[in-house]
Amino acid sequence: MNIVHYWRALWGIVWRELFRFVTQRERFVSALVRPLVWLFVFAAGFRAALGLAITPPYETYILYEVYITPGLCGMIQLFNGMQSSLSMVYDREMGSMRVLMVCPLPRWFLLFSKLLAGVGVSVLQVYVFLVIAWFYDIKAPWLGYAWVLPALLLSGLMLGALGLLLSSFIKQLENFAGVMNFVIFPMFFMSTALYPLWKMKESSAFLYDLAQYNPFSQAVELIRFALYGQLNQHALFYTLAAFIVFMAAAIIGYNPSKGMMVKKGGSG
Amino acid sequence: MIKSRYLKVLLVSMLSGTAYAESVFVTLEKDNALGIVEPVEGKLIKTVPIGVRPRGIALSPDNKVLYIATSDENTIKMFDAETFKELGKLPSGDDPETFALNPKGDRMYVSNEDDSMVTVIDIARKKAVKQIKVGVEPEGITVSPDNSWVISASETTNMVHWIDTKTNAIADNTLVDPRPRAVMFTADSQQLWVTSEMAGTLTIIDAKTKQITKNINFAVQGVTPEKIQPVGIVIDKDRKRGYVALGPANRVAVVNAQTFEVERYLLVGQRVWNLAFSPDQKRLYTTNGISNDLSIIDLDSQTVTKSIGVGTYPWGVAVKP
Repeated sequence: MNIVHYWRALWGIVWRELFRFVTQRERFVSALVRPLVWLFVFAAGFRAALGLAITPPYETYILYEVYITPGLCGMIQLFNGMQSSLSMVYDREMGSMRVLMVCPLPRWFLLFSKLLAGVGVSVLQVYVFLVIAWFYDIKAPWLGYAWVLPALLLSGLMLGALGLLLSSFIKQLENFAGVMNFVIFPMFFMSTALYPLWKMKESSAFLYDLAQYNPFSQAVELIRFALYGQLNQHALFYTLAAFIVFMAAAIIGYNPSKGMMVKKGGSG
Repeated sequence: MIKSRYLKVLLVSMLSGTAYAESVFVTLEKDNALGIVEPVEGKLIKTVPIGVRPRGIALSPDNKVLYIATSDENTIKMFDAETFKELGKLPSGDDPETFALNPKGDRMYVSNEDDSMVTVIDIARKKAVKQIKVGVEPEGITVSPDNSWVISASETTNMVHWIDTKTNAIADNTLVDPRPRAVMFTADSQQLWVTSEMAGTLTIIDAKTKQITKNINFAVQGVTPEKIQPVGIVIDKDRKRGYVALGPANRVAVVNAQTFEVERYLLVGQRVWNLAFSPDQKRLYTTNGISNDLSIIDLDSQTVTKSIGVGTYPWGVAVKP
């Protein structure tokens, strides 16, 4: 196996995912509608509720919709990560996963390619969302739109790896509702996506701690700072560490001899 | 945190030379001090004790002398604008809050709210040369750039008084909306803009006819109308745009000075009170009384770039090139 084979496999997997995304127009629209509803409806309703305080990376007062925009970018990636995990379960049920896994390339590389394909789709969605937000007068500095790309790649990888890990636990498509209830919603609501940490601390110290250690919070903060041309080192290392842990666990999970599939008795 | 703005600031400083070289002076009503802000790094450089309850502030036309109304000392103090050494005191009358200099900088007009008077001071002689009886609770005061008129706005009488600078007597009055606060002429002296705090309006008056030509209402999404209390006004020298501080609405309204449409509302700190342009009119500085900060607005992009903590109750603002 040489580098050409790796490249061919990576490109094939990424292309398949992008093609699937582009042809599924409903998926594209629904992926955008979700954050836009939050932005136009939820944020408008809560405009006055946030209170005033300047917290980094912001250097002046901001409206609530400006605050939640990076959180909604994270939300796009969170849902996309879970969507990828859903499609993994689907692929497994339909047998196309078996075809992929028999490819004579290392399993970790195939899973990573699959992950990267999902991240590519989520980054595309986030940029479309940011363009719409720009027309809604939510504008970041121009450089921020470039800085946010590596942040989005890392946060996308971390959330995608989490999705991969979860998909190794899920035997059937029907069980996906559990992921929604037990993973997506708690992760989203117990994070800094919708409210700043200091605000959370006012109401509950326990929630504050949960939000602080929630890897989704750190991913959102990484995106938030990058969008304003700044690097939040703590968020970067935290997100990176979370990615490594989730990815390693997912690779183990997908190992036929050790993984969850053996324990669950599913088909891999 | 690695902040790219320092690189930006460095680049801008290198490219534009002295473009950012101004100092921003803010009177701090509760701290009895003057805050000096450096707007490049957006930092409070130092705070200088200045007198009890400083409010109104202005620079002499040559930018060498700083005048500050220290209300609870019943005087207007003069300071060297470089060293902040006190140069003298002017007989302002009781509880001075707002005052205006004529374009030459040799006459000062002070509102004496409690006495319903406007005191005229000869600056060179440091003497009050006349007291003019005006309406009840005079507040906003300005001199037309052509030095023809001094305008005094009486909060309770709901009137602006046109005082002839040659005779120091009221020549005319214009009835305006309830509780007029600030007054400002356009650079060509043809229009007078008046904010009415209680009505939440901006009134445009033709300087020739002394008649109202336009009344502008403000409405900010998500802000109740009673919180919209217009106060400070500035108008750019080209008369393209005027900016109005909306007090507890925490916004600065951007008004098109040609069409009189409100173009946008910019979110700044709490209870935005007074405004001042940078010398090149590319930036606008606002004092935010309750949130104790100064906001910087970039006028090219019409965005608020930064809010800097300056001290307790920032009131007036003046900019030295």
